[in-house]
Amino acid sequence: MAYSEKVNDHYDNPRNVGSFGTSTEVKERKDVGVGIVGAPECGDVMQLQIKVGDDGVIEDAKFKCFGCGSAIASSSLATEWIKGKSVDEALKIRNTQIVEELALPPVKIHCSVLAEDSIRTAINDYKQKNGMAVEADHAHAH
Amino acid sequence: MNRPIYMDNAATTRTDPRVVEAMLPYFTEVYGNPGSRNHMYGWESEAAVDAAREQAASLIGAGPKEIIWTSGATESNNLAIKGAAQMYAKAPLGSTGRGHIITAIIEHKAVLDPVKRLEREGFEVTWLEPGTDGIITAEMVRNAMRDDTILVTIMWANNEVGTINEVPEIGAVCREKGVVFHTDATQWVGKMPTDVDRDNIDLLSWSGHKIYGPKGVGALYVRRRKPRVRLQAQMDGGGHERGMRSGTLNVTGIVGMGAACAICAEEMETERERLLGLRRRLETELSSRMDVVAVNGHADRRLPHLTNISFGFVEGESLMMGIKDIACSSGSACTSASLEPSYVLKGLGLGDDLAHSSLRLSLGRFSTEEDVEIAIEGIVKAVEHLRRLSPLYDLHQEGIDINTIEWQAH
Repeated sequence: MAYSEKVNDHYDNPRNVGSFGTSTEVKERKDVGVGIVGAPECGDVMQLQIKVGDDGVIEDAKFKCFGCGSAIASSSLATEWIKGKSVDEALKIRNTQIVEELALPPVKIHCSVLAEDSIRTAINDYKQKNGMAVEADHAHAH
Repeated sequence: MNRPIYMDNAATTRTDPRVVEAMLPYFTEVYGNPGSRNHMYGWESEAAVDAAREQAASLIGAGPKEIIWTSGATESNNLAIKGAAQMYAKAPLGSTGRGHIITAIIEHKAVLDPVKRLEREGFEVTWLEPGTDGIITAEMVRNAMRDDTILVTIMWANNEVGTINEVPEIGAVCREKGVVFHTDATQWVGKMPTDVDRDNIDLLSWSGHKIYGPKGVGALYVRRRKPRVRLQAQMDGGGHERGMRSGTLNVTGIVGMGAACAICAEEMETERERLLGLRRRLETELSSRMDVVAVNGHADRRLPHLTNISFGFVEGESLMMGIKDIACSSGSACTSASLEPSYVLKGLGLGDDLAHSSLRLSLGRFSTEEDVEIAIEGIVKAVEHLRRLSPLYDLHQEGIDINTIEWQAH
């Protein structure tokens, strides 16, 4: 499959790879929200971690991804986009924007959906840890 | 851009320049139709086809009259399977209970699909499943035999994993029960010694382009004595090839396939050793330099030139992206609308995580030690890159078994 230049660039030079500690450590950190979506048998697992400041702004974001090039690029791009945004602004990112930015073909749209889900899951995790109200699930633009 | 090194010889091979040389006169000088009985043009083409028939027959220990030329192994499989089933059917088309066929889930689509068609047309089928070593044994076939079994079709060596089934032994079971035995030997013939009498084969398919011959030509061995096997033709017309396969013969292709067979017969022994050495080097280096690397299929019963290796915690399509310098196949079919991992690897009982991340590397006559070096370095680099990104590899390193986690499947 031929990928867009942007997908290739994220694949070769993924941004913000990593995590803020082991899976047990991040569970206990209140300033960190973790989103893990997907399943190994589907060929995609995305892990997004956000570090949120006292002002509710995402100071830093890290990702790890088991998946195809489009999945890697979608999650790498997601970290770039959410850094510096407040959690509520970050929740407004839609998968369709990711599709457009990376020029994903129709068979790879699910990768962008996963990336959007990982953002929301990470933010919800952060909010729950801090006793904040969690927004209800909504439909994706597939 | 440099062309990637070629490690997909199980898909097709480069035509050997000696084969091309042998074919050339048959385009412009000797161009008669071998079916033309009345002039020299026909006679000389017929002589060339007959010489090629001798070369092909001799590679598998058959007689020249037992070789039917086809367009490739897919056609050979179709002719053998449908032709035998229709010939030995126990009831006419339109009825049920027409007979029982034994095959395996790890067969190539060119066997699976003809058998599925027969299943829809009133035949009953047993689909054997291999053990985790990937081998279909004679015992499995014996246990599946019924009084109404008319055909067994089991590939000699598997195209994705390279595992070698118990073909001579399966043939012996079929002989004992009086059942026709077909083998798709596309990955086997030309690479490994074959003798249809010793190995108890009734029908055998192979193709030219997997053995350094041209594409578009193949052959089917059809046993003529002890017992004589009969087939119903699938292509009707001028009655070529003893009425079993009509159509003007592809003389250039046939000459090429004959030459390819002769070269394989000559060079097989030394080539086998050389390729086995290269394959072992690939497998040992990759599995010693990284953890959670699995060579799929039986440890020893495998083709010398083909290896299928899984790299844990890495997804197959992204791995292919990382090894642009190596032309090979991914064990996972996740490149298209189908998100299913390889049905053959799943057949081996491989977990989804490993079936998603395997490479099929197949070496050939033109593979060099340097190619193998480049492949090893390229694959190690790509796998390490992807593992740095892989959340599953982190969990593994933390000592967490990813199969114990409840994933949120999408």
